[in-house]
Amino acid sequence: MSTPSQHPRPSRARLALRLIAAFCLVFSIVYWVNKGAHTGWSMDRVPIEQLDEITGIEYITYDDRFVPGIEWLGGGIGIATLFFATSLFFRSKPTHSNS
Amino acid sequence: MKKIILACLASFAVVATAAPISFDFKDPKGVNAVQFHLDSLLEPISGSANGVSGMVSFDPAAPASTAGTILITANSLMVSNATMTEHLHGSKWLDVGSHPEITFELTSLSDAKTTNNTTSAVAQGKFTLKGVTQEIAVPVRITYLADALEKRTKPGNKGDLLVIRGEFTVQRAEFGIQSGQNEDKVSPEITLKVAIVGSAPKA
Repeated sequence: MSTPSQHPRPSRARLALRLIAAFCLVFSIVYWVNKGAHTGWSMDRVPIEQLDEITGIEYITYDDRFVPGIEWLGGGIGIATLFFATSLFFRSKPTHSNS
Repeated sequence: MKKIILACLASFAVVATAAPISFDFKDPKGVNAVQFHLDSLLEPISGSANGVSGMVSFDPAAPASTAGTILITANSLMVSNATMTEHLHGSKWLDVGSHPEITFELTSLSDAKTTNNTTSAVAQGKFTLKGVTQEIAVPVRITYLADALEKRTKPGNKGDLLVIRGEFTVQRAEFGIQSGQNEDKVSPEITLKVAIVGSAPKA
């Protein structure tokens, strides 16, 4: 006859969702910090100040590269939270022993 | 008789030297730009417009008589975020499709003070943005760089440069830009900073 054990086995879906949530959280934070931890909106082109030596005019050129902003970080954390919250709907399965 | 002819030639030379010089503000090096700045909720909205052209007539002997028009291609306005740039060009903001140019027509200079090669003055003129024209006064600094074109371009390209700098603020509501809307998120004031150079090649 089988009886439920003291330590229930977590469901695979719950574990998978939590791993995805952890990945999303870590990836979004690491990527954001690695790209300069920009606290404004995301940028598709980065302004670079230049100086025209003859006239003394300071002007701006743009470097085409993506810099994630605060809404990118917020989105990543939001998606991670969503995955984690969804994982709560999957209950742990009780393990059965034959003793 | 010779003295009279020489005197006439000398006076002609003075008049010729004192004649106003026309400067073309379409800069081949792409330096010319107008920078704009609006305070906003998360961070200031800053960008630039590099589609600058126009002609300005400047007389080194009489800087106060400076006149001309500067044009900016509205489509050249950009910020560092592509989506925000699209919004800026859209009908709710600048409507660049219907109003492709932003212009400043200099009508007169007042309070002109010249030190060395730089004239500080207040430029009075007609500023047109999104099809609305307003009379405005802009404090400007005009620097005349005689024979500096060659240094900036290529050897043998003789000519002068004229640098115009100025900064002024306009109310976006006065030009029909989101009048009275989103003022808690985006400032009603737009600060414009001009730093442009014009060239006048010598034949």
